[in-house]
Amino acid sequence: MKRLIPLWITAVSGILLIVAYFIPAWESWGEKATIWFDVLAASAFVLGGGNLLKLHLRKVSNRQAGWAYSAVTVAAFVVTLTVGLAKIGVHPSDNNPDFAWSGSYNSSGTAFWWLYEYAFKPLTATMFSLLAFYVASAAFRAFRAKNIEATLLLGTAFIVLLGRTFAGVFLTQWLPESLSGLKLENLTVWIMQVPNTAGTRAIMIGVALGIASTSLKVLLGVDRSYLGSD
Amino acid sequence: MIEKLNNLDRRWIFLLMFLAVAVPIYVIGKTGKTFPETPSALAKATFDAIDDLPDGSRILLAFDFDPASEGELGPMATAFVRQCAEKKHKMYFLALWPVGPQLIQANIEKVILPDFPSYEYGRDYVNLGFKSGNEGVIKVIVTDLAQLYPADIKGTPVEKIPMMDGIRNIQAMDLIVNVSAGYPGTKEWVQYAVTPYPDKIRIVAGCTGVQAPLLYPYIPQQLPGLLGAIKGAAEYEKLVNDRYGGPHPDPKYLEGLRRMGPQLVAHILMILLIIAGNTLFFLQRRRGTSR
Repeated sequence: MKRLIPLWITAVSGILLIVAYFIPAWESWGEKATIWFDVLAASAFVLGGGNLLKLHLRKVSNRQAGWAYSAVTVAAFVVTLTVGLAKIGVHPSDNNPDFAWSGSYNSSGTAFWWLYEYAFKPLTATMFSLLAFYVASAAFRAFRAKNIEATLLLGTAFIVLLGRTFAGVFLTQWLPESLSGLKLENLTVWIMQVPNTAGTRAIMIGVALGIASTSLKVLLGVDRSYLGSD
Repeated sequence: MIEKLNNLDRRWIFLLMFLAVAVPIYVIGKTGKTFPETPSALAKATFDAIDDLPDGSRILLAFDFDPASEGELGPMATAFVRQCAEKKHKMYFLALWPVGPQLIQANIEKVILPDFPSYEYGRDYVNLGFKSGNEGVIKVIVTDLAQLYPADIKGTPVEKIPMMDGIRNIQAMDLIVNVSAGYPGTKEWVQYAVTPYPDKIRIVAGCTGVQAPLLYPYIPQQLPGLLGAIKGAAEYEKLVNDRYGGPHPDPKYLEGLRRMGPQLVAHILMILLIIAGNTLFFLQRRRGTSR
């Protein structure tokens, strides 16, 4: 029963969504299934939060390697959740000025807004910015013209790196109009529109066929690996 | 010497990258000068898609990004809001990313409130906020918006919002403008909104540099306009400033153009590092020390 019910839910929802796409009269059924999906997705936030707490609290409790980071994660999670749910520092909204907590939890000046503005925003921006440093280091140490494929990749990278800045325009502005296709900025556009699009389309078609066949296997109950079996 | 360079402490490279970004930021900040930009066909198509609509058209602006990619996507988001406001379009904001509403609010406070005081919330623009469900949200709102958005971000029921009158679903929009940092984003809007309703829903988008190559296959039928990363933002900003900016546009509308400076120097540094790394590699190989 534990396996049969999930199998039926998967098969019915999947087939319903496929049929609803092709038969307009069944469209509303498809909508219902999608709304159920959205409700489940919202519930997944609760499960995700619970899971995060369980994993990191266990790590702290067992004093595993890096437990201090887990403690910081738990503290950040609990503080943000409390501040948001308790609406700390929220001002009354214009619609309901008599109710102290009627304002939005993330409106300007609230504790949640402060956390977002002065902790979350700079931290995530910093993490993303670090990429520039690691990419520079990798460019020096790892990007080698070891064979023809790597050399082609290197050449393409040079053209795109230059073509996406004013350097590309500056370096090839001397080319006559009849050879404008060889200007770096135009070469960059050509690389993106022709070889890149052709390759990406081929990959997308392959992936789509793979998804279709895997989905059919899941819907028909042939592939049950998502239930935890082989 | 070769050995020494080969084992160069990577902190020197980090320092070079820091200077490659910091010096142009300082110089451009001090002088206010930016590099010239020539808008590409895709940037022009994006601009025209918004500009060719009659004044007061309905635009759905989906801000599917977060502060991590604000450096790349923030300027184009600002320029989109500005162009829509200049055209007196009605703006319907929503987000499929949890922190999208904050970025929507930031742009409202940056563009609409100071520069378009006649714009009224609920009549000219509305923030519908975030909904979880990724592409599931798109699948529902293409046929029934109120199912998932019964109220705006302030909790006001949509029936009480004047500009929501007659809006049953997003097929009522004249254009979707999506700013996307990944999943869910432009690809999902194209697949679940534009593809099933090609005659009713049109979209233009701005995305990060790593996403752009993956979106080119949808151009031009499903995605007529695309701004790729800060370069796309700078080209689009130029078009918006040329049409609406006057001789001295506000610096907040030049962010994309300004950020092209650090990008130029950082790209040149990357090329020099690749050349230096390969020179060392071939010198080592010639000496037979390479493995």
